[in-house]
Amino acid sequence: MSFINYSAREINCKIVYYGPGLCGKTTNLIYIYKKTNPDSKGKMISLATETERTLFFDFLPLALGNIKGFKVRFHLYTVPGQVFYDASRKLILRGVDGVIFVADSQVERMEANIESMENLRKNLKDQGLNLDAMPFVIQYNKRDLPNVVPVEELNRVLNPRNVPNFEAVAATGKGVFDTLKELAKTVIMELKKKS
Amino acid sequence: MPDSGLVMYEEEFKQIDAELSKLHQLANAKVTFLVDKNGQLIASVGETQNLDTTSLASLTAGNIAATGGMAKLLGEKEFSILFHEGEKDNVHISLIGDRVILVVVFDQRSSLGLVRLRVKKSSEVFVQIFSKIMDKVDKEKENKSSRSPFAEITEDDIDRLFG
Ligand SMILES: Nc1nc2c(ncn2[C@@H]2O[C@H](COP(=O)(O)OP(=O)(O)OP(=O)(O)O)[C@@H](O)[C@H]2O)c(=O)[nH]1
Ligand SMILES: [Mg+2]
Repeated sequence: MSFINYSAREINCKIVYYGPGLCGKTTNLIYIYKKTNPDSKGKMISLATETERTLFFDFLPLALGNIKGFKVRFHLYTVPGQVFYDASRKLILRGVDGVIFVADSQVERMEANIESMENLRKNLKDQGLNLDAMPFVIQYNKRDLPNVVPVEELNRVLNPRNVPNFEAVAATGKGVFDTLKELAKTVIMELKKKS
Repeated sequence: MPDSGLVMYEEEFKQIDAELSKLHQLANAKVTFLVDKNGQLIASVGETQNLDTTSLASLTAGNIAATGGMAKLLGEKEFSILFHEGEKDNVHISLIGDRVILVVVFDQRSSLGLVRLRVKKSSEVFVQIFSKIMDKVDKEKENKSSRSPFAEITEDDIDRLFG
């Protein structure tokens, strides 16, 4: 949920990376953190298990620049993808302005992708949000691996609404900023619509 | 649609800042700050120079969200006060109304009793300020005089953001 501060001339928006376990959500944030210059980012916070799985969330605040004299900030969060962390996922989704769904392109993760997408839809609905009516983009990650599902097939199964979608290799950064930019754009245009 | 985002105006911001300062002083606190339930920092007062207030805000909200989730499972409405005791510093976290969180960091120069008392007093003031803000937001929506900085942005403005 955006926060417009006329006093400090700031606008904050919340973006959530969603997707099944090990699809590469945290890897997206780490890459963004590494490639952003120091004065436009805050600390990255990762609440993770000892084996580097997200336990509660990752958080990265980004200050991208100004629009009409207002500093625009994006607060990026990832959810924990493992199925049994559903209660935490619901909490992270609270007040979200836009969602990036990171799908794992590997054939054997197809079912996990579908399950996670349904879970996203349901958890949004529980707080009165409709996935089909909010800023949303999809990233097809791990395109570097040999056993990936073709993008047309991924789109057919995961993207019936045909939202913007990007092929990515989060581990090397390919597609990471394209995905974020597209969603950020949509989020701001949505704020414009509402104003 | 669920309720729209939080908006902060100059006038109320000054009142919030003044009340946070007052609380900071009267409670002998190190730092006082207000966070919106989604983790965005609203205002802070005190020894914040060496403090990552943005991260603190996000973790505070996560903390409240997690205990709120626990409360639900236990059939409680919400745990409206959290207290963390450290070796040197202590943190008092409390809910103001249903969307704002007040945080007070204090050490041995103060005490939990004093902090509790002052937080209670300040909470009443904050509740009033925030209800004024909500009224204002509703009114602005009605008369559509929308001073929103977003009303006239273009795709170019957005592209420029990413340089
Ligand atoms: N080959 C390949 N590996 C990747 C890619 N992106 C991420 N990985 C790896 O996949 C593993 C899991 O990545 P994470 O970013 O931790 O996954 P996550 O989605 O945050 O997982 P949870 O926190 O459990 O939800 C790590 O070992 C990454 O290095 C990619 O594009 N290609
Ligand atoms: Mg993770």
